[in-house]
Amino acid sequence: MNQIPALVRVFAYLSILTVGGGMAAFPEMKVLTVDVHKWLTFPQLIHLYSVGQMAPGPNMMMIVAIGQWAGGFLGALAVLIAFFGPTALLAFIVARMWKKLEKWPWRTSIQEGLAPVSIGLLLAGCFTMARGAISGVETAAIAVGVLLILLRYKVNPALLVLGGAVIGVISFMPSR
Amino acid sequence: MSDAGAKPAVGTAASAVPDEVRVSIGQIFLEFFIIGATSFGGVVPYLRGSLVTKRQWIDDKEFVEMLSISQSLPGLNATNMAILVGEKLRGALGSIVAIVGICLPGAVLMYVVGMFYRIHGDHVWVTAALKGVAAAAVGLILSTVVGLSEKSLEGKFDFVFMALTVIAVNRLHLGVPRTLVVVGILAILFHRPSKKQKEDAAS
Repeated sequence: MNQIPALVRVFAYLSILTVGGGMAAFPEMKVLTVDVHKWLTFPQLIHLYSVGQMAPGPNMMMIVAIGQWAGGFLGALAVLIAFFGPTALLAFIVARMWKKLEKWPWRTSIQEGLAPVSIGLLLAGCFTMARGAISGVETAAIAVGVLLILLRYKVNPALLVLGGAVIGVISFMPSR
Repeated sequence: MSDAGAKPAVGTAASAVPDEVRVSIGQIFLEFFIIGATSFGGVVPYLRGSLVTKRQWIDDKEFVEMLSISQSLPGLNATNMAILVGEKLRGALGSIVAIVGICLPGAVLMYVVGMFYRIHGDHVWVTAALKGVAAAAVGLILSTVVGLSEKSLEGKFDFVFMALTVIAVNRLHLGVPRTLVVVGILAILFHRPSKKQKEDAAS
C-alpha cells in the first residue's frame, strides 16, 4: 500500500507544530505515527528520537528513518520535504518582511508570549517521552544524572547520550 | 545581475560601504554542509562559530536577532537559521542550499541508522543500550527546559503559562494545536504592547 500521501500529510502537519523546537510536536507525532498509522511502535519512536540526539545537524533527522520504514527511499524524501518545507517557506517570508515588522509593537508581545508556551510544549513532549523511556530506578537515575551533569558542567550532550548507551549495556544486559 | 542585498530604501548608506565580498552559492552549501556534519550535541554554537567567527558573513548582533526570530517561528532553530542566513547572503537560492546542506549529513546518517535498527533493533545488547540512550535523552531535554526557563521566563505568570501548556497537552489531552492557539493567545495578550510602545511605534 502506498503510504507516501499519508506520510506527507502527517509530517507537513507536524511541521507547523514545532514551535520552539522539534520536541513540541512529539506528543502529536506519537499519536499519528504510532497509534493512527502504525508505522512504528512507541518504543521504536523513542529509540529513534534518542539515537537521533547523537547525530549531527538538526535534531529531528530521525523522521527520515520513519519515512524509510513506511515508504522506502521515496518515503524518506517525502517526509523530509513535508517536515522542513512549510516552516522553511514561512521563515523565508518572515526574513523578507522582518525589517517592516521591526516597529510593529505586537512583535515583542508574540516573542514574549510564545516563550513560556514553547517551553511548556518542550516539557510536555519530554513527559510524553518519559512515559515510555523511564521504567524503573535505573532509567530514572540515568535521566537525573544527565540532567545534573548538564546543569553543572559544560559537556557535549551527545557524549552523555552515548554514555547512556554504555550504562544501558552494563545495567540492562540479561545475565546468561 | 541580481542585487538582493541593496534595497533602494537604504540608498545612500549602501554606497558608502565598500562592496561586501559576495559569497558564492557553493560556499554557502559547503559551509552549512560542514556544520550539518560536525555539529554534535546542538547546532547553535557551531552556527555561531562558523558564520560569525570563522566566515564573518554576519555579525554577532545579527546572529542574536536571527536566532530570536528562529525561536519564535515554528520550525527547528537550525533549519530556520539556515533559511535566514541563506536569504541574507544570496536570496532564495541561498536559503535552499543552506537548508539542504545542513540537513543532508544527518539525514543520510539517520537513513542508514534506521535501516540498521530495523534489522538489529531487537538484539539484546542493542535493546539494552537504547534503554540507556532514551533515558539519557530525557535528561537532556529536561536540561534544555531548565536552561531556556532561566533565560527567557520572566515573572510568575510565565511559569503559569508554561504549566498551563503542560497540563493542556499531557492531562487534558487537548492536543498541541489547540493548546498552542488557546494558551498562546492568552500569553500573547498578557504580553500585549503597552500604550507607550504603541506611541513609540506610531511616531
